[in-house]
Amino acid sequence: MEKVNIRHSIFRTLLLSMVVLFSFSQTSYSQEDSGTADAAVEESDSGASGAEGDVAAGKELFNSLCAACHKPYKKATGPALHGVSDRHDRQWLYEWIKNSAAMIASGDDAAVKIYEEYNQTPMNAFPQLSHEDIDNILAYVEQPKPEPVQVAGGDAQVDAGGGYGSGVSTNVVLGILAFVLLLLTVILVLVNKTLNRFAEVNGVPIVASEKRKPIWKAFVENQFLVLVSSVFLLLVGAYFVYGFFMQVGVDQGYAPVQPIHYSHRIHAGDNQIECKYCHSSARVSKTSGVPSLNVCMNCHKSVSEVAPETATEDYTKDFYDGEISKLYDAVGWDTETQSYTGEEKPVKWVRIHNLPDFAYFNHSQHVSVAGIACQECHGPVEEMEIMRQEAPLTMGWCINCHRETKVKVEGNKYYDKIHEELSKKYGVETLTAAQMGALECGKCHY
Amino acid sequence: MKSLFRIAGVTLVSLLAVSCFNESDRNYQYFPDMYESIGYDTYGEYDIFVNGQAAKLPAEGSIPRGWMPYEYENNLDGYDAAKAELKNPLPYTEDNVNKGRGLYTIYCAICHGDKGDGKGTLVEREKILGIPSYDDQGRAVTEGSVYHIMFYGINTMGSYASQTNEKERWQINHYVMDLKDKLEGNPEREFLTEEAAEKMRMEPQLMKSEDATEVENTETEESNSLNQEQN
Repeated sequence: MEKVNIRHSIFRTLLLSMVVLFSFSQTSYSQEDSGTADAAVEESDSGASGAEGDVAAGKELFNSLCAACHKPYKKATGPALHGVSDRHDRQWLYEWIKNSAAMIASGDDAAVKIYEEYNQTPMNAFPQLSHEDIDNILAYVEQPKPEPVQVAGGDAQVDAGGGYGSGVSTNVVLGILAFVLLLLTVILVLVNKTLNRFAEVNGVPIVASEKRKPIWKAFVENQFLVLVSSVFLLLVGAYFVYGFFMQVGVDQGYAPVQPIHYSHRIHAGDNQIECKYCHSSARVSKTSGVPSLNVCMNCHKSVSEVAPETATEDYTKDFYDGEISKLYDAVGWDTETQSYTGEEKPVKWVRIHNLPDFAYFNHSQHVSVAGIACQECHGPVEEMEIMRQEAPLTMGWCINCHRETKVKVEGNKYYDKIHEELSKKYGVETLTAAQMGALECGKCHY
Repeated sequence: MKSLFRIAGVTLVSLLAVSCFNESDRNYQYFPDMYESIGYDTYGEYDIFVNGQAAKLPAEGSIPRGWMPYEYENNLDGYDAAKAELKNPLPYTEDNVNKGRGLYTIYCAICHGDKGDGKGTLVEREKILGIPSYDDQGRAVTEGSVYHIMFYGINTMGSYASQTNEKERWQINHYVMDLKDKLEGNPEREFLTEEAAEKMRMEPQLMKSEDATEVENTETEESNSLNQEQN
């Protein structure tokens, strides 16, 4: 009977240690970055040269001259170019591309019709293109529409497996370890049981261990130990209670679900768009500004779907395309007619970084005057698929930075005199923000 | 035994406190009065507004401080007129061009490229295509046409009037013309000194003062007619 008791307590501690192990491993793994698998899908059209023109040369010309207004298989500012050779004869096309305005002026029926159909948007003249160049471009746009989705999907999946593997393998190893631990415990119990049974069958007397004093009684009797352990417990408790109270009202790690899944990773990371392109008011005003949708449309007039290689294992191309269509829906953009319908819906973005009103913070002072990179406070935004609050935004955090940061005075006449006087007073070369008075209460609270 | 339980209890509670953090919700607040003020927050959501949005368009007819009307209309005639006659009012100083470069890098270079050759990051990555180089002969951009397009946008390029102000656009304009000169192999333009720029700044103002009063008159006329409509 006694043995069973001891066995149980071992079991319990083991279980507890496992729970602890798992709870820690989980939190650390949820934060691990799933490596982005860039599936490079090479288009295989470069080699194929059609009978009528060089596709590769045509593609280059098309991308540099035509693609601003035309897409091969989709209507843009101008008509989709696939099938254009069926709609018009070659000679007409040569003439039109070289100087469309002259054709419209001369009253050519087909030319006038197109001009009217596309809201009288004139097409630029391309006198520099030879007949051969135009043949090449036509050869490129007349290629049958490729089906890259399936190919890319397969590639992406293969890559996804590989990319995901590194994340999984550590999990698997941990799982196996835990399983082995469990197995060992079970074996221990079983072996003990069998040995006991053997002893019983063979008539070997099992020596019942002497009934000892229970450990807790011994513990209670040792007053010194009680004192030390209670002091220890109080300290540990105080540590946790302190930590608990200090995080009240701090939203570090806050990553709400936004109405449109906007990926900073794709925009600021992969495509290297400047932060201030969209958050332009950060340069000049107190708030950094959630960009209005016309800023999105600066690019998304052209970009109506993501490239297959943009998709990751977590988010498919269809998902991203759906998010872009949410934007079109909100801003009232009709992809068919390439025009605004005028039916707009607000996108209710959830604000993440929010200081209470009793603290004054001005973006332009930090961004334009001090020249601090956005990432200093907002963290590696260019890697975030879902935007989150990186910094605690507590007062201690602000103060810390003000104490450490040297003020950038070059080229700023405003600081000339005050810097000279203060650096003499403190006897330093460059002043920190704190020495310039950035710790005064009234600077931020008034 | 008791202490064991206590230890286990403390660990469990602390683990719970750590693991219960829900990242899609804000943390709880102590005395939220200090956090949630009576005033309307920027981008806040309140019933009093249409659509619940605190973010609103400015009232119709309101004009930002320092804003000057842009005279050319958003059509082909306006474009041609701007291309032919509109000139950069800012003096060509080093400061203006440097600021222009900074802004160009933020707003334009992503498509038009750091050199203005139409090979920005988005073009290299084949996200947006067909960006012309500034030395494109068919387009033959001028100060006026560049400003006109920055203001209104053209085809798939959007307007940048919401992200930049008038002065900033003209600073960018200087830098764009710089890039065009470089692409075409023209000699570099010499910077004006600050004093010369100051002088230039004074003179056209004297000359333009009559125009300015004219503009003011038309504005008051407009507001008068608006008032009449309201009456």
